[in-house]
Amino acid sequence: MTDLDTKNSRVGLIVAGTAVLMVGMAYAAVPLYELFCQVTGYGGTTQEVASVDDTVIDRDIKVRFAASTHRDMAWEFKPSQGDQRLKVGEQSLAYYEAYNPTNKTIVGRATYNVTPHKAGSYFAKIDCFCFTEQVLKPGERVDMPVVYYIDPSIDEDRNLDEVTEVTLSYTFFALDGEEAQEAIVASGR
Amino acid sequence: MAHADPTGWKRWVYSTNHKDIGVMYLWFAFIAGMIGFTMSGLIRAELAQPGVTVLPAIFNMTEDQARHMFNVLTTGHGLIMVFFMVMPALIGGFGNYFVPLMIGAPDMAFPRMNNISFWLMPPAFILLLLSTFVEGNPGAAGFGGGWTAYAPLSTSGHTGPSMDLAIFSLHVAGASSIMGAINYITTIFNMRAPGMTIHKMPLFAWSVLITAFLLVLSLPVLAGAITMLLTDRNFGTTFFDPAGGGDPILYQHLFWFFGHPEVYIMILPAFGIVSHIISTFSKKPIFGYLGMAYAMAAIGFIGFVVWAHHMYTVGLDVDTKAYFVAATMVIAVPTGVKIFSWIATMWGGSIRFTVPMLYAIAFILLFTVGGVTGVVLSNAGADIVLHDTYYVVAHFHYVLSLGAVFAIFAGMYYWMGKMSGKQYPEFLAQIQFWFTFIGVNMIFFPQHFLGLQGMPRRYVDYTDAHAYWNKISSYGYMVTLVGVLLFIVVMAVTLSRKKTVADNQWGEGATTLEWTLSSPPPFHQFNELPRIK
Repeated sequence: MTDLDTKNSRVGLIVAGTAVLMVGMAYAAVPLYELFCQVTGYGGTTQEVASVDDTVIDRDIKVRFAASTHRDMAWEFKPSQGDQRLKVGEQSLAYYEAYNPTNKTIVGRATYNVTPHKAGSYFAKIDCFCFTEQVLKPGERVDMPVVYYIDPSIDEDRNLDEVTEVTLSYTFFALDGEEAQEAIVASGR
Repeated sequence: MAHADPTGWKRWVYSTNHKDIGVMYLWFAFIAGMIGFTMSGLIRAELAQPGVTVLPAIFNMTEDQARHMFNVLTTGHGLIMVFFMVMPALIGGFGNYFVPLMIGAPDMAFPRMNNISFWLMPPAFILLLLSTFVEGNPGAAGFGGGWTAYAPLSTSGHTGPSMDLAIFSLHVAGASSIMGAINYITTIFNMRAPGMTIHKMPLFAWSVLITAFLLVLSLPVLAGAITMLLTDRNFGTTFFDPAGGGDPILYQHLFWFFGHPEVYIMILPAFGIVSHIISTFSKKPIFGYLGMAYAMAAIGFIGFVVWAHHMYTVGLDVDTKAYFVAATMVIAVPTGVKIFSWIATMWGGSIRFTVPMLYAIAFILLFTVGGVTGVVLSNAGADIVLHDTYYVVAHFHYVLSLGAVFAIFAGMYYWMGKMSGKQYPEFLAQIQFWFTFIGVNMIFFPQHFLGLQGMPRRYVDYTDAHAYWNKISSYGYMVTLVGVLLFIVVMAVTLSRKKTVADNQWGEGATTLEWTLSSPPPFHQFNELPRIK
């Protein structure tokens, strides 16, 4: 019987260990999923690039701009222009405009994507207000630039052959509590 | 093995005996099933005609409260039937009782852990029931976000403590199931009787072994996901909140990584039971034994790589969808192997149409209907139209409510004599079968039509165009109700009888080890291990 007990404990512990490992896997999925989206442009995640490729090809594309705010966010937030028409590979500059109509400082953080989602991996942003928190003092108005281009390799992906327009969309959420305080301190304002 | 047989309440509360624990699981599943069945009755009553009329009348509430209550009922019905009825009955009940008997073991590997596994279930169930009585949506009781509990409704939506209680309930039920799975894997690996190789093991033991592996690999992921819901709700994390860099779609990925294997967790033990019954009442060994065993293994394995077919509408790109369509359709192959092997087992057999056999044949028929609609839904293109309609409701009720539940009925009739030593009344039980068979088909077959007409699921009300088939469906519930009440009568009659059942009541066709023991089996069996040739 003792022999069996040892064998049982061994198998039991291995299986229990596997279960614990799988809980870990669930949590590991969080950063992995984020990484996966950034690398593959999944769910319309746009690409951040440092340098520009000069190739411009003869394909027209229309870029539209959308802006929205979470219902708890008091800012007024809108794109400064209508749509932009450009050649694929051509670099362009667009502005969004944010205004804090309240009498207190509000910290915002933006999420963004492009639709159709499959165009995400070809939408390259050189300079944008993507990851940083934005601090707006009472009554303050700012223009936020986005420098971007459409990656010419879009032409080689047959899944995107019918895409003639893409929409870049930003949503601002209000930060509160500690995170907001830290952002205000960090911005030095 | 020298300890005395315990008596009175200690026999059950302190129980470490796999047969007693199995019986307690079956009673637990019965009670939970009655509550879940009552909830579906309220759902069908409300849906019997357009408008929100029945719930406000029964519970004396406003229409808005009734709308919320309807959602709470569908959520509760789903969670109860999955976690507190089908799983305890098939895995905890029949698994505990018959796996050790079939493999020739004296008991489970960890009898005390077995006790904890069972006794975690009642508190888990009480937590879930409590959650329906405390505030969910402000001003209304219970969580109404569906059994899937998608974020953001489950995080920033229903802010009351109801969702938190439901999360705790699933934590506790999940811990119970994982401990059960550890027990089954260890028992089946280490405690088979001498000579019983893994390739000679009865198919029900095979099915429980594979189910246990699925549980260990998938349930912890659910535990992780709902813990993230809990911390998102209460401790300011933002796993699923875009404002903090999270993504609600991630919850769906995690949920369905658990959720898809979960549907196989519910159906694989049913496959095992049906295999034994078909073989017994055809007086033939099961056709293609190894193919049957490895088909279950294949289904279990593929079940882990198809989860996103529940998420075609979230905006997956076309290549991803193509993969999930293809992978999902592949499951039809091992499933087809099983269906055809059952038919081949019956072919040329000496078939007896006893009640368990009727249920097993009905299982094959109805499960195949559910399988066919499953292949339809696996097409991403078709699913975009049918997603979250009654077509999906009809599909999964055909495989679960008419599949897994029929296997539970089949198992009850097949093994009732073995477990209690008392024979069920055959004629009354046949009537019970026909009421149930006609009733459930009347409920769910019209729901295919409703789905194709575009009626969305989880809605308390619908347009008049859907009134006709909804009425038929609700009549079907009444027929089923007769069947369920008859089941209680049949079981009561059975239990009131004398113990007359022979060791092997089904004769030649029943070849597994439980039929070599007395009916009911002795409190401690196989003190001398049987040898398998």
